[in-house]
Amino acid sequence: MWQELWNDRVEVAAIILFGIGLTTLLLNRNLIRKIIGFSFMDSAIFLFLAAEGYIAGGTAPIRTFSSDGTMVNPIPAGLVLTGIVVSVSVTALMLALTVRLYQRYHTLDFDEICRLEREKRQDPPGKEGF
Amino acid sequence: MADLRRLFSLNSNDSSLDEALKRDLEEDQHPEDSPLSAREVSMHASAIRREEASMQRREEKAWVLSRRAYQVLSVLTALIIISVLLLNILDLPLFGEADNPTNNEVSARYLEYGLEEGGAVNLVADVILDYRAFDTLGESNVLFAAACTVILLLRRFSDAEQVHGMPEPLLLEEAPSDPLLMAAARLLVPVLLLFGCCIILNGHLGPGGGFAGGAVLGSGLILYLNAFGDQRASRVLTFRSFRILSASALMFYALSKAFSFFCGANGIPLDLPLGTPGSILSAGLILPLNMAVGLVVCCTVYAFFTLFRKGEI
Repeated sequence: MWQELWNDRVEVAAIILFGIGLTTLLLNRNLIRKIIGFSFMDSAIFLFLAAEGYIAGGTAPIRTFSSDGTMVNPIPAGLVLTGIVVSVSVTALMLALTVRLYQRYHTLDFDEICRLEREKRQDPPGKEGF
Repeated sequence: MADLRRLFSLNSNDSSLDEALKRDLEEDQHPEDSPLSAREVSMHASAIRREEASMQRREEKAWVLSRRAYQVLSVLTALIIISVLLLNILDLPLFGEADNPTNNEVSARYLEYGLEEGGAVNLVADVILDYRAFDTLGESNVLFAAACTVILLLRRFSDAEQVHGMPEPLLLEEAPSDPLLMAAARLLVPVLLLFGCCIILNGHLGPGGGFAGGAVLGSGLILYLNAFGDQRASRVLTFRSFRILSASALMFYALSKAFSFFCGANGIPLDLPLGTPGSILSAGLILPLNMAVGLVVCCTVYAFFTLFRKGEI
């Protein structure tokens, strides 16, 4: 088992990076750190996808680069390209939402924002039932 | 406690309250009763305070306990997910073998006939801008939509157009002009812009393409904005030119690929000038599409930076 895991070490590293990203996302209360956890998970997925296309002894899939014609699978490279652009877009959108959240609640702490929102919802009915 | 109840009765009748006060004053004359009533009051108040404090402590302990449980559960969940995925890696085919199921006839076709049918030496550019150009159109749309949404969220209007209810935005003060940064930018910005254009134009000949070149172009514009201030940078790229550039580049991409789909669906042979492989003017539509994608990415990257920094482009 350990021999196979060492053979697939790039994919194992991608999965461990994904786990680190997931833990960062779940355990941190600061919103910016949660977004950094998302970015970790994205990079892990790209590493995994790019590793799936590798052929041992192949060069980059550019005609003038290869001498004997064995080239790496070009399709995962295209998938990762699309994925990186989508990841950048989603990160920009999340950061814009974080800026607006900060303008509204004046805190970046996720638990604090939930607590303020809960109190705001509870206040109007709370005043009646004295 | 009877005198207390009388004192705090909800009877708003002044006379009865006066009577109650008089009775209490009379009772205050008797020394054996009055200290007891005062002590009872203070004991009652302190009992209420102690109960409130203990309830607060119980709430805090419950909060800390639930927070601890959440942390333990989340680490446990992450560990379970990692171990399940690692167990699945053992079932994957070996890394780097040429006869893996992912290296099937699709990629073989792309590798073999990519140069003939697409005309580009860079086969990945063939894949993303010729064989699978629809996916790249969707991706450019995602980038454009993200730029539009960030503009919606962060754009700061002038005071006359202030939307009712929108909170006062954060405005980062512009840093005073730094002569060291300006000297370095005078050297670097032309190089960066030239390098970005070179990456875009050589996208079909080597590694690079629209996305990488657009990112470098955007970085050059961001350095220009940082070094020379808002006034001069807004002369380079205004909001109107940003809108026109990105929308027209995306529209050009969509129309040219719609033309390809139309010809393919109706059986009309599409003879694009493929040129000699290895020269810049080759590969049919791949070079114009690279330029369109590069423009969209450059405008979007620059727009993200200026919107986060000062709320307008």
